[in-house]
Amino acid sequence: MFFNSLLTNFAALEVGQHLYWQIGNIRLHGQVFLTSWILLGALLVFISLGTKKMENDPKGLQNLLEFLWDYIRDLARTQIGEKVYRDWMPFIGTLFLFVFVSNWGGALIPWRLIKLPSGELGAPTADINTTIALALLVSLSYFYAGLSNKGWRYFEYYVHPTPIMLPFKILEDFTKPLSLSFRLFGNILADELVVGVLVFLVPLILPIPVMFLGLFTSAIQALIFATLAAYYIGEAVEEHH
Amino acid sequence: MLAFNFFGATEGGLFDINATLPLMAIQVVALTYILNSLFFKPVGNVVEKREKFVSNNIIEAKNKLSEVKKLEADLLTQLQSARTEAQRIVSEAENESDKLYKEAIELANNEANASKEKARLAIESQTSAARDQLSKQADDLSELIVNRLILEK
Repeated sequence: MFFNSLLTNFAALEVGQHLYWQIGNIRLHGQVFLTSWILLGALLVFISLGTKKMENDPKGLQNLLEFLWDYIRDLARTQIGEKVYRDWMPFIGTLFLFVFVSNWGGALIPWRLIKLPSGELGAPTADINTTIALALLVSLSYFYAGLSNKGWRYFEYYVHPTPIMLPFKILEDFTKPLSLSFRLFGNILADELVVGVLVFLVPLILPIPVMFLGLFTSAIQALIFATLAAYYIGEAVEEHH
Repeated sequence: MLAFNFFGATEGGLFDINATLPLMAIQVVALTYILNSLFFKPVGNVVEKREKFVSNNIIEAKNKLSEVKKLEADLLTQLQSARTEAQRIVSEAENESDKLYKEAIELANNEANASKEKARLAIESQTSAARDQLSKQADDLSELIVNRLILEK
């Protein structure tokens, strides 16, 4: 109780406050969807502009998009392997782009200037729902990848190299989504909080290096999330001999 | 729905998990399909087409280079054989002319020898004829002398 009032009143930060949307009897965090729609809309516009007129000699935006595509392909190929990386590249790329755009959008756009009746706009990835959704999608993906590629032989992975590993591997299936979601959530939320508190205390200059650090962390988190997702899928489809 | 209430809030909180989660998951899946058709497929097509084009060109250039090298080697052997052929012809011609020269010289020598021999034979026969005639004349003369001497007596 005390901690809550301290945080909310002291730093004028609204931690754990949400803009609730009520649809039927389900409740949503409206601010998460609002920011994600704005950011994803911007991403889609950017991509549509870049892919509108594709040429064999890339120019301008197309160049940037091709660089991005190449980057994502390399990421997927090194983690998943030559054989099936093509199937998973769009998913890995979408994870990377979604997390990256969310993180940077949350850090770069001065959302606080837009007043909401409750809660505040910010990075969609600073909401635990978003990160758990992403992490569960990754879990489903690697199960699906393993089962669709190897059938029931996928479960050999649990007793590889010895059956002693079985409990640890089962535990891993729970720790993987947990660590994925909490790592992203914690980093982005912490960054937002640090910047928010610093802006409140010293509104000039001092927050700027922390903001740059935040941009760096945001990019790194996107890369880590996509790399780990690709690694888990690669681990599931890998053939043991 | 699970709802952890951290920081004592009766509603909300940092770990407030609700329908945002599944809807966000659906949104991300939808985004995957949209990005696949808007971004990954078209850009991938263009990039892979170019990569294929470049690698095809490299292969073609390599093939052409090897062809050129083969032709070069071919020409070189041809040149070599032409050179040896020319050398052979030249030496043959030299031998031939040498032979002809020798033959001509021999022929000329033979001819000269023959005519020399003939001349020598002619000279010899004429000499012996002259000698015979001379000895006959001497005989005649001596007979005449003898006759005269006998008659005077």
